[in-house]
Amino acid sequence: MTDTVAILLGTKKGAFILDGDGRRNEWSVRGPFCETWPINHVIGDAATGTIYAGGGNEWFGPAVWKSTDLGATWTHSSAGLAYAAGETPIKAVWSLAVGTDCLYAGVEPAGLFRSVDDGVTWTHVSGLREHPSRAGWVPGGGGLILHSIVPHPSDPAKLWIAISTAGAYFTADGGTTWVPRNRGTRADYLPEGQRYPEFGQCVHSLVMAPSGGKSVPDGGETLYQQNHCGMYRSRDGGVQWESIEAGLPSSFGFPVAVHPRDPATVFLVPLNGDIKGRYMPDAKTAVYRTRDGGDTWTAQREGLPQQNAFFGVLRQALATDTQSPAGVYFGTSTGQLYASTDEGDRWSCITDTLPPIYSVETLAISV
Amino acid sequence: MAGPSAAARPIAVVLAPALVSLFPGSTMRINVHAATVDQLIDALDARWPGMGDRLRDSSPSVRRHINIFCNGERLGLGAPLPDGAEVFVLTAVSGG
Repeated sequence: MTDTVAILLGTKKGAFILDGDGRRNEWSVRGPFCETWPINHVIGDAATGTIYAGGGNEWFGPAVWKSTDLGATWTHSSAGLAYAAGETPIKAVWSLAVGTDCLYAGVEPAGLFRSVDDGVTWTHVSGLREHPSRAGWVPGGGGLILHSIVPHPSDPAKLWIAISTAGAYFTADGGTTWVPRNRGTRADYLPEGQRYPEFGQCVHSLVMAPSGGKSVPDGGETLYQQNHCGMYRSRDGGVQWESIEAGLPSSFGFPVAVHPRDPATVFLVPLNGDIKGRYMPDAKTAVYRTRDGGDTWTAQREGLPQQNAFFGVLRQALATDTQSPAGVYFGTSTGQLYASTDEGDRWSCITDTLPPIYSVETLAISV
Repeated sequence: MAGPSAAARPIAVVLAPALVSLFPGSTMRINVHAATVDQLIDALDARWPGMGDRLRDSSPSVRRHINIFCNGERLGLGAPLPDGAEVFVLTAVSGG
């Protein structure tokens, strides 16, 4: 039995699946799936092989799509994926995550839903929107979206989420009560003297480092976040954040991805700035990699376009796989997908004619 | 409170192809008994579970970019449907 990798893409015009050969050298593209709906996030459950795709269609509303046969056939459901009558209806599903005992969906306007029947029906995790800070949540450029869901790897009661623009929140009781976890992260768009609020930060992407490893003290709750205003690390589950943006070309970017086994290896794709066009710095493509938890960064450019790179990489469009050495993949706002099979040292474009890519994830498949 | 009673003669419903493609086994034409648009959507949802969510949001109202026409008029959820009416459920040009 050998493992291959499937790359799961959410795009402006449906979900796509790229099937790799055993060496990750050759890729075949399948799709578009999900009736070409805009799909914000596609994930795979490594335990079952089930693929889920979350999105929203201007005509037909939000839904979570599901395939139990690696994309050959799909079903869709939004049963229960709704707020109470009178509230602003849900426009789209933005993020998905497989928890230890359920499936999660984050939506726009920001809220969290849970499914305990594999995506057939959904229940609102209402405690989050009952938090007293909710009146102060405001939309970012992409809307008021819950875009990051980070379940604890072993404790089903613990969960982190992030909302643009509200910040990161944590629950230790399965979603009944929540606390903001933004201490140490900046909000440069607020007046001087008010730039470290309890909530209101514009988190762009939130991820958890794998347990174990070599360079960063473990504790099991090391988090990284790319923020609208800087790059941050927390070694205590977000109670306190510290800036790790020194050495990066800008404080602005969207995605962050962690190595599958080393908690100190992290990948970023910084952009040139929030009001400067949001493309590659100097129009030269680079993935930034740290091997020491963010203390130092190196630009990885080999094989990536070094002129006229006026594209962006969105918040969920950077991912690693579980192979050794780890693969790293990112999709662009102009439909190119780049891959590295050596942890970012060398890159190649594996397809360049897709719709704008909203998300990239990977799924290990045993064949 | 009970809504208007179902019409004696069925409503002839014509569904948009994009909607039919979302529900394997569904058909572009179906007759249902309904006295209002809301009841018509309920009837469609009973026949093809989930179709209601595709046409009606949680406000509740007909989705912004779905048009439900009868006799040339765009109707809301509460609009009454005449006996034997022909109703078109269409995707609006504004949606994309």
